[in-house]
Amino acid sequence: MLIFILRRLAAAVGIMLASSVLMYVLAINSGDPLADLRESNADNRELLIQQRIEYMNLDMPWYQRYLTWLLGVGKCVIGQCDLGLNRNGQAVAPLLGQAASSTLQLVFLATIIALVVGIAIGVLTAVRQYSGLDYAVTFLTFLFFSLPVFWAAVLFKEYLAIGYNDWMRDPQLSPVQIVIVALVAGLLMQVFLGGSLRRRLITFGVTAAFFGAALPTLLALNFFREPRLGYVGVAVLTIAAALTIVTLSVGLQNRQVLYPVLITAGLVIVMQFVLVNVFIYYMNWWIIIGGLALAVIVPWLIGRAMGGRYRNVAIGASVATGVIGAALTVLDHIFRTWPSFLDKKPRPISTIGSHTPNFTGDFWQVFLDHATQLLLPTLILTVISLASYSRYTRSSMLEVNRQDFIRTARAKGAPERIVIFRHALRNALIPIATIAAFDFAGLIGGAVITERVFGWTGMGALFTNGLSMVDPAPVMAFFLVTGLAAIVFNMLADIFYAVLDPRIRV
Amino acid sequence: MSTTDSHNSAPVTSTDIYDLAEAEDAALLKKSAKPLSQGQLVRRRFFRHKAAMISLVVIVLIVAVSFSSMGFLGIPGWWDKSYVTAGAVVNGGAPTLSLIPRWLGGEGIHLGEHPFGQESTGKDYFALVMVGTQRSIIMGVVVGVITTFVGSVIGAVSGYFRGRVDSVLMRITDVVIVIPLLAIAAALGQIAGNIGSSVFLLALMIGLISWTGLARLVRGEILSLREREFVAAAQSMGAGAGRIIFQHLMPNAIGVIVVNATFAIASAILLESSLSFLGFGVRPPETSLGLLISQYQGAFTNRPWLFWWPGGIILAFALAVNFLGDGLRDAFDPRQSHRIRRAGLFDWTGRNKNAPAAAIVPPQVEVQPGPSNPAAPTTEGGYDTDKGGRA
Repeated sequence: MLIFILRRLAAAVGIMLASSVLMYVLAINSGDPLADLRESNADNRELLIQQRIEYMNLDMPWYQRYLTWLLGVGKCVIGQCDLGLNRNGQAVAPLLGQAASSTLQLVFLATIIALVVGIAIGVLTAVRQYSGLDYAVTFLTFLFFSLPVFWAAVLFKEYLAIGYNDWMRDPQLSPVQIVIVALVAGLLMQVFLGGSLRRRLITFGVTAAFFGAALPTLLALNFFREPRLGYVGVAVLTIAAALTIVTLSVGLQNRQVLYPVLITAGLVIVMQFVLVNVFIYYMNWWIIIGGLALAVIVPWLIGRAMGGRYRNVAIGASVATGVIGAALTVLDHIFRTWPSFLDKKPRPISTIGSHTPNFTGDFWQVFLDHATQLLLPTLILTVISLASYSRYTRSSMLEVNRQDFIRTARAKGAPERIVIFRHALRNALIPIATIAAFDFAGLIGGAVITERVFGWTGMGALFTNGLSMVDPAPVMAFFLVTGLAAIVFNMLADIFYAVLDPRIRV
Repeated sequence: MSTTDSHNSAPVTSTDIYDLAEAEDAALLKKSAKPLSQGQLVRRRFFRHKAAMISLVVIVLIVAVSFSSMGFLGIPGWWDKSYVTAGAVVNGGAPTLSLIPRWLGGEGIHLGEHPFGQESTGKDYFALVMVGTQRSIIMGVVVGVITTFVGSVIGAVSGYFRGRVDSVLMRITDVVIVIPLLAIAAALGQIAGNIGSSVFLLALMIGLISWTGLARLVRGEILSLREREFVAAAQSMGAGAGRIIFQHLMPNAIGVIVVNATFAIASAILLESSLSFLGFGVRPPETSLGLLISQYQGAFTNRPWLFWWPGGIILAFALAVNFLGDGLRDAFDPRQSHRIRRAGLFDWTGRNKNAPAAAIVPPQVEVQPGPSNPAAPTTEGGYDTDKGGRA
């Protein structure tokens, strides 16, 4: 295994070097870096030209410029990164630091959401092959593949953000709108749940009735301006999530899994009372991280102690319950902050920039500000990669479904739930690992456009400004991050692949 | 999971599609008394693919209108306005196109003076959009041809020779793949823009970098094909490498190549529009759909047509090309498990028509001992019985 990794690493370094030469040569040959100064009428023109020549090493031949840059990058090994100067003499390394953090945040978030939702949709469409849902999802997938990103982004801005903000001023729905929403929700629900005609009708009726009753209630409570879950809401939702997880994994009759999961849910419910003051008064990121760690470790211990024969399932289910419960608790606090946040920022969903200028507030308000800024770009990136994930999961599931061990599992009488989630999905996920790795690196490229539309100053701006000014240092900084991401993620995927599937020789 | 399938109690999986595809071929064979060649079978399957046929009509329509209206290569078109001359803005530049007939209370079907409206300096937007569409189509076709040629040759050579040639070619592929396509295309677009504003040059450059995916696919295909007996037979008869690759291996990989060529066209059109949007593609006196969106995205609230037309055409064209590719894939390889028979896409009851076809199988049906493929006879008969029952 070690030799395998080392060999991959050596190949990766070679490829990275060759690509960097290619990119560097293209970047420095894409125009005249002194063009704007040559046409300038400034008195100190000669001085400016001299300065720029010095900053960009324009007096050296190209290979010397490249080697100087490479040497600077090489210093990263000893912790003194020098990514060169841009044409105004600023060091690029700190610029890259800022840019990469905002872009990677965006791309990470989008990839994770897209993976979870995409795999879920893929499984659902594979299970219901040839259903209306399947055809609809297929059509939507093709639509998203063919959608110009920037065009869709402008539409999202116009209709989602501005439309929502306008509505937020006075959240009201007319009775006709409520009926339409309820009918659409019912229609979607029956498509997702499927079944016989009778079952579909019941699903449709129940969902439509639920929405028809819930929407006026929420509007009457002014939920959209002053949302609340409350202790009871968190408790009910956590227990519901716990029961769903157990049903999906082994079924409610399995006490060895059910009890640890329920105990975890109980702990979450207790914890939200304990933590309420900490959340309001002493909040920072360390508490969030610590809380999340707690929400993973404690359920893990409970699951391990009580799971018995089903230890692994019990651990997984308990941890999932703990994390969902913690997320709900956080959501509750976000809801509490929402009214005061709306006072500070009356049009919540932003269309420009990665943070509101001069925005100050407590932890939750800043958090919300950040979240509302991230919302639209993340949504766009998610939608783009969602299409391919759902497609690949679907085909991979169908492929696995055809194999003998699935037939065996069915033949021995395993419930459909176990066949799908435990036998089929696990194997179907193996190829998805590779695709996710490729996609992550590709998505950083896609973020260039998204950032431009939403006016972010991330890596996209670094790259596009650098390239249009024939300034190789920022362009190469962009390349360094995307190239490294591509190589690292591909290697991770390879290793992951070899670990998951022992048939692959390393 | 399906409950309609009494043929065997397993749920409808892709195995059944395997059977269905064979059954369909068998049915096709029966209808025409004489056996069909592989090419004829593919063609028939393709022409029965509804989504692909609709897409084909859309593509032909867009190509015909855009090239005939503005003319091409110096031949003048039927649209008399130029895309470069500015003029007076009439009625705020609103579009004059009307598609609602008079008897429905509309203004009747007519194009009017400026069917797609005018932009801020009074240029005719129809002319601009049509020229932009031409550029996009040229871009897509040129990139598609280059990508397909380079990718399939590199992939085939790499897969056939294996060993050192393979590792050198594949490392070159890796070097290109590591750089995000948008980034390398932007750098090349910048270089192309400095040399001249020809869309062909930009297309050539993009074509020379976007072949990597196809090369990998073709290599994989050739790697498995080269182990087959017909290659050994050709080798034993003294055929050289070139002959084996181009005469024996490539025709067998034609499905992968053709299908991916169409997808390459769609993605080239999208790439060009992204590049022009970022300012690294086609440059101002010239125009393209991406550039139009980029120039007028601020006008969305006041003059939305400046935004809707170019984006809508990119979307429609790319969507049609993608569906066409999908239809081709189904036609070339109906057994490919991860593709469902998309014939039922616009036909929501597709399941009831297709899936149970194998279900109502009488155990003994007369099977023609024709020259058909050795499909499972029961399935073949079953399909036919079903057909007869409905007819």
